[in-house]
Amino acid sequence: MKFAKALASATILAACTFGSASAAELVVGFSQIGSESGWRAAETTLTKQQAEQRGIDLKFADAQQKQENQIKAIRSFIAQGVNAILVAPVVATGWDEVLQEAKDAEIPVILLDRTVDASDDLYLTAVTSDLVHEGNVAGKWLVDTVAGKPCNVVELQGTTGSSPAIDRKKGFEQALSGHDNLKIVRSQTGDFTRTKGKEVMESFLKAEGGGKNICALYAHNDDMAVGAIQAIKEAGLKPGTDILVVSIDAVPDIFQAMAAGEANATVELTPNMAGPAFDALAAYLKDGTAPAKWIQTESKLYTQADDPMKVYEEKKGLGY
Amino acid sequence: MTSIFRTYLARLLPQLIALSAIIIAISMTFPGFLNLEIQNGRLYGSLIDILNRGAPVVLLAIGMTVVIATKGIDLSVGAVMAICGAVAASFITSGHSLFETILITLAVGILCGVWNGILVAVLDIQPIIATLVLMVAGRGIAQLVTEGAILTFNDPGLIFIGSGSFAGLPMPVVVWLVFGVLVALLVRQSALGMLIEAIGVNRQASTLSGVLTPVLLIAAYMLSGLCAAIGGIIAAADIRGADANNAGLWLELDAILAVVVGGTSLLGGRFSIAASVLGAIIIQAINTGILLSGFPPEFNLIIKAAIIVFILVLQSPRFRTSFAFLAFPRRAAKTTEQEAK
Repeated sequence: MKFAKALASATILAACTFGSASAAELVVGFSQIGSESGWRAAETTLTKQQAEQRGIDLKFADAQQKQENQIKAIRSFIAQGVNAILVAPVVATGWDEVLQEAKDAEIPVILLDRTVDASDDLYLTAVTSDLVHEGNVAGKWLVDTVAGKPCNVVELQGTTGSSPAIDRKKGFEQALSGHDNLKIVRSQTGDFTRTKGKEVMESFLKAEGGGKNICALYAHNDDMAVGAIQAIKEAGLKPGTDILVVSIDAVPDIFQAMAAGEANATVELTPNMAGPAFDALAAYLKDGTAPAKWIQTESKLYTQADDPMKVYEEKKGLGY
Repeated sequence: MTSIFRTYLARLLPQLIALSAIIIAISMTFPGFLNLEIQNGRLYGSLIDILNRGAPVVLLAIGMTVVIATKGIDLSVGAVMAICGAVAASFITSGHSLFETILITLAVGILCGVWNGILVAVLDIQPIIATLVLMVAGRGIAQLVTEGAILTFNDPGLIFIGSGSFAGLPMPVVVWLVFGVLVALLVRQSALGMLIEAIGVNRQASTLSGVLTPVLLIAAYMLSGLCAAIGGIIAAADIRGADANNAGLWLELDAILAVVVGGTSLLGGRFSIAASVLGAIIIQAINTGILLSGFPPEFNLIIKAAIIVFILVLQSPRFRTSFAFLAFPRRAAKTTEQEAK
């Protein structure tokens, strides 16, 4: 029996070594949520790029915001016998069964950008950013920049009750705690949109003495910051100098604003979740090193000193 | 003339009272609310913000009033705003002139209205279902146009429509003022308004008495589409970009609410464009007031709902009859007026 097994694996090994290049090529299935935002589109583009760079044959499936489509896609990947599956899960629950099927077929599954409510032995690892940490990085930048001077901060929150809004607020507040010179004087939701960001900023400016009492703006995403920058300009103030602007996401448009001196800093929510995922996968397939269950992506801070126009050019083509 | 003015005022009285009450309430919690100053050659202050930010809903409410008067409803206006914003942005960025861009965008809005109108008037589909089609599909169409991204533009002419100013007023305010007056004159200085009301009260009876019901119905939805197109241009010009996901999102509900707060019945019939405009301004005043108040955002919707329930209760027939004695002096004034005649 043992001999038979050894023989079988030897034949497989031989087949691999003598097989064509395509046999050595890794086939990975990727079930993407959809293209509901520019960031998601950029994530898709980057995943395809990363796969191409590594010579991975990526099978892409767009779920159009539906979990049933994702489950179908995963089942078809299993049937095709891919080497690994990447999933950006649209919701957190209801994954146990299909993940178990993948496990039974011995296909490692890596979660991208979001996690699921399932036992963590059902997937290899999850690559996500830490939303609290993002808020924290933004807060630290502001603390360092004002350097002890008194500063009134206004905050544009994301959609009330959404996890990015809650966590980015929490992280920012953590960074500010213990620095009594910084005070959040107004905080309202701008629903992550430019229009609301602009409207809410207008009211902040009116409420705080025409903006004279505001020293900095913290927006939970770049889009709201872009809207708010217009409101600040229309109120006759200089965004970036009269009012410091720090936000999160690092979408291309904020780099244009930074190049024009109208925004000061942004924290990147990297759309390159696939890079770390492929690295972990390569290590796992090579000698079975199991990666940590959570791979945190870098929350990189960009400021005006980082040649914003260059970053803009790099990011422009990613489909944001 | 004065008697016309007086009946007009009597019609708008509940809305005017509600609006002044809200403005007084806000200015008590936030003292600087009524301040107006001239900045960069334009009026600047929270009151102007209300008129300016209310522009899309005011425009949608104008079209919605006429549609609702025909006993219809147009759920697609928010999505049509997104489509038109996307069309405007893509035309201006592909090098078309401002004039062409606006013309094509308005045409697209009217076309959306024609689609709704045909479904309602010719195929006889219930308006709520007929317009639901475009409400759901419209945002997808807009995303196809923008290719999923926020399509930004730098054309100074188009930006002017969103954030420029004319005669001291922000352009969006000028646009809705002029447009609202034009529509109101059109429907009230001709028999159009009466015919629309006739359709709303009894479509079959008006058809039998010779009203061109299908044509007027389609025209009503075309007007609604046109309003949404103007709203879409303003919304896109305001942020210098077309956001297919968020432009006009849920604004159809605000527009319907504005019409209801304005006292026009959802069952069709009598309507007032001025009252709907006031209704939209009331909603925006509440929104701006909440933003200025500094409450945590978790309370926004609760406060808004509470105020609107209060206004609707004030308008309800039951409430009015219970407090009819308050209206008595006015009725007395009317009879003396008639005697004087």
